[in-house]
Amino acid sequence: MLLKKRSFLAGAATAAAMTALSTGAAFAQDDVTKVGFVYVGPINDGGWTQHHHESAMKMVEEIGSDKVELVYQENVPEGPDAERAMTQMALNGADIIFSTSFGYMDPTVNVAAKFPDVKFEHATGYKTGDNMAAYSARFYEGRAVQGTIAGHMTESNVIGYIASVPIPEVVRGINSAYLHAKKVNPDVEFKIIWLYTWMDPAKEADAARTLIEQGADVILQHTDSTAPLAAAQEAGGVIGFGQAGDMAEYAPSPRVSSIIDNWAPYYIERVEAVMDGTWESHNVWEGIDTGMVGIGEITEVVPEDVKAEALEIKDAIASGEYHPFTGPINKQDGSVWLEEGEVADDGTLAGMMFYVEGIEGSVPQ
Amino acid sequence: MDFSAINPALLIASLMVAATAVMIAAIGELITEKAGVLNLGVEGMMITGAVCGFAVAVGTGSPFLGFLAAAGGGAVLSFLFAVLTQFALANQVASGLALTLFGLGLSSLIGQNYVGIRPPPTPRLDFGPLSDLPVVGPILFNHDPMVYAGLILVALTWAFLKYTRAGLILKAVGENHDAAHALGYKVIRIRILAILFGGACAGLGGAYISLIRVPQWTEGMTGGVGWIALALVVFASWKPWRVLLGAYLFGGVTVLQLNLQAAGVAIPAEYLSMSPYLITIVVLVLMSFDRSGAPASLGRTFHASQ
Repeated sequence: MLLKKRSFLAGAATAAAMTALSTGAAFAQDDVTKVGFVYVGPINDGGWTQHHHESAMKMVEEIGSDKVELVYQENVPEGPDAERAMTQMALNGADIIFSTSFGYMDPTVNVAAKFPDVKFEHATGYKTGDNMAAYSARFYEGRAVQGTIAGHMTESNVIGYIASVPIPEVVRGINSAYLHAKKVNPDVEFKIIWLYTWMDPAKEADAARTLIEQGADVILQHTDSTAPLAAAQEAGGVIGFGQAGDMAEYAPSPRVSSIIDNWAPYYIERVEAVMDGTWESHNVWEGIDTGMVGIGEITEVVPEDVKAEALEIKDAIASGEYHPFTGPINKQDGSVWLEEGEVADDGTLAGMMFYVEGIEGSVPQ
Repeated sequence: MDFSAINPALLIASLMVAATAVMIAAIGELITEKAGVLNLGVEGMMITGAVCGFAVAVGTGSPFLGFLAAAGGGAVLSFLFAVLTQFALANQVASGLALTLFGLGLSSLIGQNYVGIRPPPTPRLDFGPLSDLPVVGPILFNHDPMVYAGLILVALTWAFLKYTRAGLILKAVGENHDAAHALGYKVIRIRILAILFGGACAGLGGAYISLIRVPQWTEGMTGGVGWIALALVVFASWKPWRVLLGAYLFGGVTVLQLNLQAAGVAIPAEYLSMSPYLITIVVLVLMSFDRSGAPASLGRTFHASQ
């Protein structure tokens, strides 16, 4: 009991110290804006985290390193650890903190409530607050372009998909890629493997090999490392796409194109807003049109006409005249989701946890 | 659901590849623990081996030298553990955990310039026409050298522990270091050698991941395999053949669950994902009902004056 009382006292002391520190932090923010980033992987993963980090460094370069200071922490597990990392950053005087993975959503909500003077930006989630904004990219627009290329390029009509964690973003990507592959190649079949991780090169390599053994000659991936591309290269005659980053070191084949996340313009805009005092919470979802989702160069392995078709879709999406989820689309069980000509609304897309008709298997819940 | 898409021969061939890294690391740890030392730093030694092997293979263009360097890297790191626990008499559990953390950090430091680089390919052993045999060809005669090296290592370890005098001495040190010391055996020296062997094996296992199985360098790429190796040794009741069985079971269920997922089997993916861990533990626990326990001096500090 004594021990418990002691630890309670210690906890209370820490809490008091935290309040003191955070008010101190608020006073110290006049000269240099401190920007914190929380990353789920290492900054040189070649994919997701690397591009967040590169965008962050571009932001510093653009605004000037005399005006902003970048602090970041890599390899932060999704969950309570993230809360600790963000609390630490806030205590150390960060003015705005970007948490860059879906699993940081609830930790960000919690930490944001504790530090009302600090701005929080959470990537790929849907929860917001007075001092917490959400931002995400419409990766499914890029998946539509990938699906088109994949559908044309497959000769075995089997496309392998390495899925990461069962959240709407990943399911949207699968659906979008499938619909567009199916559109150009009605015989196409998707084989999907869930890995329950954003990055584990050994697992990703095993998954890619399994898919190739089962006849896939196109591999799409939603995991962050280049291991699937390495496996595709080893197998020969198999193509894949860069994920989150360009992964150009595997071009022109097996990497025939890529989805590139370009967060820099957004980061510049938001950090400048903090500096001007004009920062407001919002929930944005940008796509190919603003450049947040980029399509990496389509290499010469892809025939000219296929490339032209893919770019056409890209342009149509960018100009707003085409939405990747345009009816008629049925759900997996055959029920109607979108009527002819109907376009999916963002609310449904944000919570999309179902497959469209034609995809086998079930979405893990 | 389409089971015909799963080719059993290819499945077995890939399970051998998936099992090799954890098997080599576990055999090393088995020898270490047989000598009475609990080294929880397997993960750290593996990842250090992975990056050392990768760096040297890229630098020299020779995967063979890479593996040699990996074994060296793992052994050097384990020597740190040996100094801490055998000379400074530090706590083995704490030192081992520290070794893992240190290894992870050190490897990402060394590996910074090696991200995105492709290592030289490791050639498969050429068995000529044997490799083209149906079924047997892909399973037995179409692997990289390390798969065979791993199997030979298991056999040698088994023979060493069972038939050689040195093996008996090693076990004696692990069972009762005071008695071994009284008989005039150099307990500390033997334990250091066992620790170094464990480190070298962990390094080899790590390099197998970075040079063959993936092959590329990424921070933290061993992804917890070292912990699986540690668990395997315990669940295998410190018996080399059971380590082999456990590793193949683990690799097998890992590859099988990927295959089942890809084939669209109606079992939910979350159950399939946990199956390798679950099944391996259940089988090995059931098997360890015979009374073969841990080495009696496992994890205990030895000093000649005590």
